[in-house]
Amino acid sequence: MPIETLNVNLLSILPMALVAILALSMLVLDFFLKKGDKGAIGYLSIIGLLIVLPIASNAIEGAPAFGGMVIADAFSAFFNCIFILAAVFALYLSVDYLKRINSETGEYYYIVLFAVAGMMVMSSANDLIALYVGIELMALSFYVLTAFRVRDTKSSEGGLKYFVLGALSSGILLYGISFTYGFSGTTNISDIARLAGGAGANNTFMLLGVVLTAAGFAFKIAAFPFHVWAPDAYEGAPTPVTALISIGSKAASFAVFLRVFIVAFPAFQSHWWKLLWALSAATMLYGSVVAIPQKNIIRMLAYSSIAHAGVILIGIVALNGAGAAGVMYYLLVYAFMNMGAFAIVMYLGRVRGNGEYVSDYAGMSSRHPVIAFLMALFLLSLAGIPPTGGFMAKFFILSAAIKARYYWLAAIGVVSTAISLFFYARVVFYMYMKDAEGDSPAPAGRPALAYDVVIYITAAMTMLLGLYPAPFMEIAIKAVEPLIR
Amino acid sequence: MLIDYLPVLIITGVASFMAAAALFVSFLLRPNNPYREKNTPWECGMDPVGDANTGHTRIPFFIIAILFIVFDVETLFLFPWAALLPDKGISVFIFIEMFIFIAVLALGLVYAWVKGALEWV
Repeated sequence: MPIETLNVNLLSILPMALVAILALSMLVLDFFLKKGDKGAIGYLSIIGLLIVLPIASNAIEGAPAFGGMVIADAFSAFFNCIFILAAVFALYLSVDYLKRINSETGEYYYIVLFAVAGMMVMSSANDLIALYVGIELMALSFYVLTAFRVRDTKSSEGGLKYFVLGALSSGILLYGISFTYGFSGTTNISDIARLAGGAGANNTFMLLGVVLTAAGFAFKIAAFPFHVWAPDAYEGAPTPVTALISIGSKAASFAVFLRVFIVAFPAFQSHWWKLLWALSAATMLYGSVVAIPQKNIIRMLAYSSIAHAGVILIGIVALNGAGAAGVMYYLLVYAFMNMGAFAIVMYLGRVRGNGEYVSDYAGMSSRHPVIAFLMALFLLSLAGIPPTGGFMAKFFILSAAIKARYYWLAAIGVVSTAISLFFYARVVFYMYMKDAEGDSPAPAGRPALAYDVVIYITAAMTMLLGLYPAPFMEIAIKAVEPLIR
Repeated sequence: MLIDYLPVLIITGVASFMAAAALFVSFLLRPNNPYREKNTPWECGMDPVGDANTGHTRIPFFIIAILFIVFDVETLFLFPWAALLPDKGISVFIFIEMFIFIAVLALGLVYAWVKGALEWV
């Protein structure tokens, strides 16, 4: 193949290449650091990611590069920013967290960086093969990170469940990709629409490919019948990793979900909307109903993240510009509000040695008034109460569904939001209305600065995205415009 | 369209039949003389210690296996690369590309080495 048709454009892979180089140089640096100094790798990784952030946010418009393998458009730039921000917050919290659980290792930090590189490959993949490589890089990193608390059997259990089900889902996804390739003759996402649309749009095997691909992605976003790994993996993983899985992995999977279903499979929309409609409705209702009896707050947040996946799916079902942009906006808001909630869970674990259970939050408003207020803010934002970012995100998604005439789906979305308010408000109730039972453990000194920084920044962004969504929404709409035809 | 795959079905049937037939014929012909040593699992020529299903498998086996696969796959990529290399248009580009690839793999080997994964104690 002559080099001109390959369109070698190193700028289009620059952000992910830089993250990969950063990860590899951290690996080399790890050889020269003594046991107690591994935190330096964490801080250097954060600095490196913050340097990559402006480069990643700069979209290079143009044709897909490297023989159509990758495309660096505004869509991938938007998601790359979410990944990098989530990873920066998670790494910043990890330095203190790893010290607390007494397993400081260099590997943790650069495996997180490898996961970020995988997510970036996913968001800018323009070929099903590149997409699969990105998914595997991200997923393999997360399997290792989930099982990272080696002395805790829950962590091993979560890691193993995540690994087995993740491998199964990868197999299903590959099976779908192979059907798609077999009947369209290409793995290139933009070519599939051209070759498989039109007269071939009713081909049974092509539809099988669409269905299996959807199932593979549904595993990764933890949609209802494919969600079983999520609560165990979330509970077992180190809490910063849980936050990163629930934000980064979900955002990356939605990025590929959106790109594949909007760019490659729009010709089959008359078929797949029913499938995704049912998935979305079931996920929303199941997630919010099962979250109610949870006593462990991380499991509660896991089921809440399942419910959120259902709401975000509405945006894909709607298949219009507002829906796709709503998905992107929702994931941006979700990154901040969920990271904030997890940061507070970690903060309580650090200050008081508990915070794992909902009942630990009793009487928090009198002991940590500011933190209790911010926790309430994050939880109400997750529930979708104005004027927080969560409300605007739900508003955009539901209005897109109404615009596309999915009235019932929008109604189910509203009902699930009302149900979910119950379990979010329960934590707020414990914090403000209940007194702590027994004597409270003495505060274990001032916790690291990282908690304050992360909690305040995420709280500010959650409010900003609720009060002034226009510029972010505009970026999202501009980013999806070239994808939707 | 499906009829195009008929040869695959036929070769599957032939292969299954051959395998079953080979097992059946050898079952008819072979002498049957089991004794204790013959029934022990073969473990690289060493006497087996305990049951295999208790999970006492040495971790270095896995590490060596993983390293083997990594470099096996590297070789797999090197052959088509070598075949493409005379193509003047892309030779410089893919030459550099392959060295980056090998450097990343070599870094993985160095990592395993430094962390002591290659020591067989």
